Amino acid sequence: MARTDKMNKEGLTLVDAINEGLEQEMTRDSRVVLLGEDVGRNGGVFRVTEGLQKKFGPERVIDTPLSESGIMGTSIGMAMAGQRPIPEIQFEGFLGPAYDQLVNHAARFRHRTRGSLTVPMTVRVPWGGGIHAPEFHSDSPEAIYIHSPGLKVLCPSTPYDAKGMLLSAIRDPDPVIFFEPKRVYRSFREQVPEGEYTVPIGKAKIVSEGTDVTIVTWGANVFQCLEALDKLPEDLSVELIDLRTLHPMDTDTIFASVEKTGRLVIVQEATRLCSLSSEITAQVMERCFLHLQAPVQRVCGFDTIMPYAKLELDYLPNADKIVEAITQVAAY
Amino acid sequence: MTTATTTPAAMNPSTNPAAAAADGSLYHITSSKVHMTPGTNGAPAKRDGKRPSDALSNEQVVKLLRDMILIREFENRCAQAYQQAKIGGFCHLYIGQEALAVGTINSLNHDDPIITAYRDHGHALARGMSARACMAEMYGKITGCAKGKGGSMHMFDRPNWNFGGHGIVGAQTPVGAGLAFAAKYEAEVINRAVTGPDGKPLPAPWQNPPRVAPKKKVALAYLGDGALNQGALHEGMNLAGLWGIPVIFVVENNRYSMGTAIERGTTMAHDLKQKAVAYGMEGIQIDGMDVLNVYDQFKALVDRCRETSRPAFVDLLTYRYQGHSMSDPQKYRAKDEVESIKQRDSIALLEQHLLTERRCLSEGDVDKIVEECKAIALDAMEFAEASPMPDASELYTDVFANIQPDLSPTANYTLGVKNPLL
Repeated sequence: MARTDKMNKEGLTLVDAINEGLEQEMTRDSRVVLLGEDVGRNGGVFRVTEGLQKKFGPERVIDTPLSESGIMGTSIGMAMAGQRPIPEIQFEGFLGPAYDQLVNHAARFRHRTRGSLTVPMTVRVPWGGGIHAPEFHSDSPEAIYIHSPGLKVLCPSTPYDAKGMLLSAIRDPDPVIFFEPKRVYRSFREQVPEGEYTVPIGKAKIVSEGTDVTIVTWGANVFQCLEALDKLPEDLSVELIDLRTLHPMDTDTIFASVEKTGRLVIVQEATRLCSLSSEITAQVMERCFLHLQAPVQRVCGFDTIMPYAKLELDYLPNADKIVEAITQVAAY
Repeated sequence: MTTATTTPAAMNPSTNPAAAAADGSLYHITSSKVHMTPGTNGAPAKRDGKRPSDALSNEQVVKLLRDMILIREFENRCAQAYQQAKIGGFCHLYIGQEALAVGTINSLNHDDPIITAYRDHGHALARGMSARACMAEMYGKITGCAKGKGGSMHMFDRPNWNFGGHGIVGAQTPVGAGLAFAAKYEAEVINRAVTGPDGKPLPAPWQNPPRVAPKKKVALAYLGDGALNQGALHEGMNLAGLWGIPVIFVVENNRYSMGTAIERGTTMAHDLKQKAVAYGMEGIQIDGMDVLNVYDQFKALVDRCRETSRPAFVDLLTYRYQGHSMSDPQKYRAKDEVESIKQRDSIALLEQHLLTERRCLSEGDVDKIVEECKAIALDAMEFAEASPMPDASELYTDVFANIQPDLSPTANYTLGVKNPLL
């Protein structure tokens, strides 16, 4: 929607940036439609699609019943027939009922049909913890979808990246899961270009350069890592990588950094077992073995169910835990 | 046909016990048992007065016969190839159900999309896929319709608007709703100029390729009766009813979900049309063993759905002569049940019509068609046999539009991503 004075002065939140990206892409490409639970009249559970139904009409911004399997299945059919659907699933845990459609259909049709049918669809999903809601309202299930060949998995952490990566996702010829870190939705503003731009899928971002320790993280954890950097001694030089695209992963950037620093800390909200951090650890072991000067260290969510409210703060990675991990690795 | 196609009660034996016998339905179903309607063995559906199929030319009706015979002969060869272990995995034959795919598909325009489940060879052939590509797919050869990567359950044919066979029971049905949604969206929304809040038109939306006035389409989402109890179907039907999109859910009711008789697993098995009522769409039951009857009733329904842009639900009564798959001991039904249904075989019924009513074919002509179809099926088998396997490099393609670096396998794949350290 038209930018307010506040947006012009102070910048956009993640919510604003995604809303603006959706609006611009719907204007540019009439194949694009939004559908999901309360995305229209109510503007979405997190108000990300606010105002879009008013502008584009109920034929293009479609309120659905609570019906994730139906939403995903219908979106897949629409995409196969040439549309560019953008279904919203209200919370990452609600991908469960749509899992069959996503993994057995969307992810596989290009391969199953040898490229004659494809599913260019962007599944928008609020993701991760930090909003004091338990379990499936706060999970980090990215590894499940990375593990299924055929899905691209994005997780931008900033308004700038979110808008640019959203445009890339919508224009991508393959199905993309676009995880939006809920904790960042309105946590800060930054200046975002008003016009169209894209941020490429598959490129990590070096948030701060350094030579002693590499941190790899994504989503809201980028900000806990930045907080940790402020608490570290000034003579410790840390390179912070925001992965942004979780799959296909920018391993070149990770390997180059680890070859430089010899030390790696991975920070994620997700449970540790068989997670993306497991995969990064394994690949660094395979490819940077001779450069490693310390064991890889991981700061993760615990291997238990995401807890409710207060215990959440114990569960999630925080700056103190990250500082401790970096300090241990640096001293090894 | 005296039975109105749109009045559920008239074809419901439980509300109208005479209905099944009167309209010549294949069988009627009570809440506890499925059984043949006495006196209908061997008879075509009763015909009274003018029917849509009367307007079909002799050539068109002979084509229906030829399509059905080709499917049967093709499937016979599939069974042979499977037993010879030429076809791997699973193989679900269409023998017995030919009139259903042929009758429904011939009621459509060529560019009406269809999607079906895993018993999909019949639809693929009826939609115009070459028997060679279909058989080669089952053999896992590069010349198959999906380059030998999909197999029996995955007959995709985009040029013929066949969006494939699908292996997860019922999961294809909301996808079918999406195909219909896209067709309706294209016809009604996509060319409409988008206006801004001030009422002025915004820059031209996507127009590439340039659009001609799109026509109204109907999508078919086929499912077996076993899929009636899958959640995805009910979500798809609810969305279709809610949004008013032109998709027809076609239940290929062959009475058994694998080995479970329909009344043992499905509520309201004696009157499935009631399921349509709950989702605000028209529901009808059709005798699916008589292809002209299928055409008569289904064509009228397709025309209504196309015109009104509404969904529908069809309980199409059919029967598979073979097991669920090639490894099915068939303990769930008696041999004489199968034999009694064969008394009313769809191919024999149409042959009889062509020989005695239309009198446009001789028995010699029929034999010739059978021989031709046998030759096509044999040729498909020989073609598949002679075709090369996909190159191992095919493993690396078509996961994403572009091959991604550092994913296994890569072209130099050995034990994981090739490790330059080793």
